[in-house]
Amino acid sequence: MSHAHSAAPEPAPREVLDASDISRALTRIAHEILERNRGADPVVLLGIPTRGVGLAARIADRITAVEGQSVPTGSLDVTMYRDDIGLKPPRGLEHTDIPPGGIDGKVVVLVDDVLFSGRTIRAALDAIGDIGRPRAVQLAVLVDRGHRELPIRADYVGKNLPTSLVERVTVHLTEYDGTDAVLIADKTKTGVKA
Amino acid sequence: MRHLLSAGDLSRDEAHLILDTAEEMRSLADRPIKKLPALRGRTVVNLFFEDSTRTRISFEAAAKRLSADVINFSAKGSSVSKGESLKDTALTLQAMGADGVVCRHGSSGAPHLLATSGWMTGSVVNAGDGTHEHPTQALLDAFTMRRHLGALEGRRITIVGDVLHSRVARSNVLLLSTLGAEVTVVAPPTLLPVDMSSWPCATSYDFDSTLAKSDAVMMLRVQRERMNDAYFPSAREYARRYGLDVHRMAQLPDDAIVLHPGPMNRGMEISAEVADSTRSVIVEQVTNGVAVRMAVLYLLLSGSNETTTEEQTA
Repeated sequence: MSHAHSAAPEPAPREVLDASDISRALTRIAHEILERNRGADPVVLLGIPTRGVGLAARIADRITAVEGQSVPTGSLDVTMYRDDIGLKPPRGLEHTDIPPGGIDGKVVVLVDDVLFSGRTIRAALDAIGDIGRPRAVQLAVLVDRGHRELPIRADYVGKNLPTSLVERVTVHLTEYDGTDAVLIADKTKTGVKA
Repeated sequence: MRHLLSAGDLSRDEAHLILDTAEEMRSLADRPIKKLPALRGRTVVNLFFEDSTRTRISFEAAAKRLSADVINFSAKGSSVSKGESLKDTALTLQAMGADGVVCRHGSSGAPHLLATSGWMTGSVVNAGDGTHEHPTQALLDAFTMRRHLGALEGRRITIVGDVLHSRVARSNVLLLSTLGAEVTVVAPPTLLPVDMSSWPCATSYDFDSTLAKSDAVMMLRVQRERMNDAYFPSAREYARRYGLDVHRMAQLPDDAIVLHPGPMNRGMEISAEVADSTRSVIVEQVTNGVAVRMAVLYLLLSGSNETTTEEQTA
């Protein structure tokens, strides 16, 4: 890495996964989901907006390629179930899209980009409870960066990424950011607001 | 946003945020559990000094679906009939810890007074004040039109009836022009305000000439309770010149829709055939009203107003 302007206040974030790393991780996760659930039949993929939705769609494509059958895929907004909703300024809602077959009796695989405190997933479990009663809920994440604040773990992990709390992990996906990458940056140095 | 007092206060972005949020809220109606936890522990007071069925029920349903506690207040049977002032009512609500107050009042500006007087700290939603404004009605009308017509930019919308006394018309004109629609109001000269120059819309006295270029027609109720002057010679003449019947409906473009804020005077401003026709979205307006009011309550009440809390985690 060449620092063209060394006096600049923002050092470049470090890339920890590139496009092919992400692709391989998702392919492995797709296979693990099929192996664990013995096929795609019971599986419903629910992505958590924003990046989780794109990841869920990619995993669904890979499952279709392997099994030759499509898997119901949707999105689940957890904004209103967050435990900090009364502590922060109101935010707009993301789109919730439950596949037509519903989730009753299915195996719901939640898909998110980064697993951190676990609070988002707790909110997602509450949201699922209001929509139906799945047979099981599993969790797939692209990056697990540790620092859990709740007893939650992922079933499928793209990459375990030990981080410090002052670091910031950013997932870029082509659909949203024009490129595929997982970046890690030091918040204290970049001044990036989490 | 802290209060919702006028449709004219909303920027285009804020209006889109409310409508997009309402879109998500509407999908709740298809779920087995029609309840969201967003306003758990918050108290919403429906403060209604004027009669209302659908607006009050709609706000009540909206608040309950968001898990808020709802207290209904109607002037009839309350201390207001003993002569209590708006100020003392507001102080009472403040003492009870109302987070949000939905206010309908016969006097224009009453919600504004509640919001700005400092008597209470909660958010105020204007649910219709005198002949001034009814912003959530305008939002639900815009929401309904957007669902049928797509983006409202450049769409031609005709509002027909008693514009002079109509808070619905004023709020709609302001909101729809913010959203980029071309609005025409049609009314007899006696039922238009004297000076329309500050309204962002066109005016016409001739309903028939506007029909062919209307993507949506909104009929306003002839408010008999406010017809205390000779505004038009007879109900029959009004219906003949400004009522929407099947013949007029036939002149509308093929995909045009008909709206009415309710309650309808069938046979007066709208004929029964039109009200029950497939172009009429009047019943849908009521359904959408709940979603839109959920969006408004959510955006006003869900968060903290102090923006000091920092970062959040994934």
